[in-house]
Amino acid sequence: MTNNFVFEPNLAAKTIRVSREFNAPIEKVWRAWTEADLLDKWVAPKPWTAVTKTMDFTVGGIWLYAMVGTEGQKHWVYAEFTAIENGRAFSTIGRFCDGEGNPIFEGPKSYHDNKFSTIEGNRSKVDTLITFEDESTIKMFVDGGFKEGTIATLNQLDELLASE
Amino acid sequence: MRRDIFQAIADPTRRAILTLLVTGAMTPNAIAGHFDSSRQAVSKHLQILTECEVVTAKQTGREIHYHFNPEKMKEIDIWLEQLRKMWIDRFDQLDDLLKDL
Repeated sequence: MTNNFVFEPNLAAKTIRVSREFNAPIEKVWRAWTEADLLDKWVAPKPWTAVTKTMDFTVGGIWLYAMVGTEGQKHWVYAEFTAIENGRAFSTIGRFCDGEGNPIFEGPKSYHDNKFSTIEGNRSKVDTLITFEDESTIKMFVDGGFKEGTIATLNQLDELLASE
Repeated sequence: MRRDIFQAIADPTRRAILTLLVTGAMTPNAIAGHFDSSRQAVSKHLQILTECEVVTAKQTGREIHYHFNPEKMKEIDIWLEQLRKMWIDRFDQLDDLLKDL
């Protein structure tokens, strides 16, 4: 069965559209995107694992989790919920974190708008629009979900950002 | 001031300049000839593009030619490809989770 995955960057608009269909009813998909114990099971691409430290799924609440690497290295990911339409949509602002998971408020931000819908066959679709402020925000995403073997590229990116 | 690739392409005139330069290096005068904007305005755009490193200026004799720098664009492609893979991987994991939920 096709899952109609879409990953569509628009660099001029500083957005990335991500869309995917799931072979499950919307209620389950919503839970998987909004409950910490379920999120921890899928948001970190292997071999990374996700460990939620704080989850307050209310408007103004935050979700703070660590992507933990095989050698125990941590990348903190911070998201503040800015809008919730129960069972249908939610939005977050993402921020950089320091090594202890404290958000850096003056740093660049990203915005995620997630929309959930039912499609034929009791299946579901999630549409995410990611809006970012600059290059370093893309680095934040990649950094947050990094896999071993691509660290060299990340180091190059660090150099690049340092030289700018 | 901090410059990045998104500043380079945020402006329609700069995008048009980049499109021109993809086809070959040009002098500032030749570039300005394609636009209604003042020579000064075009020159400011070229300065920003140079600072963003998507364009490089090379002196040939008395003239300066602006060249498109594809390497800078490639870097963005590499990051985006990694990000795309990350979403594919996590969604595959989500499929597995949903089966058991």
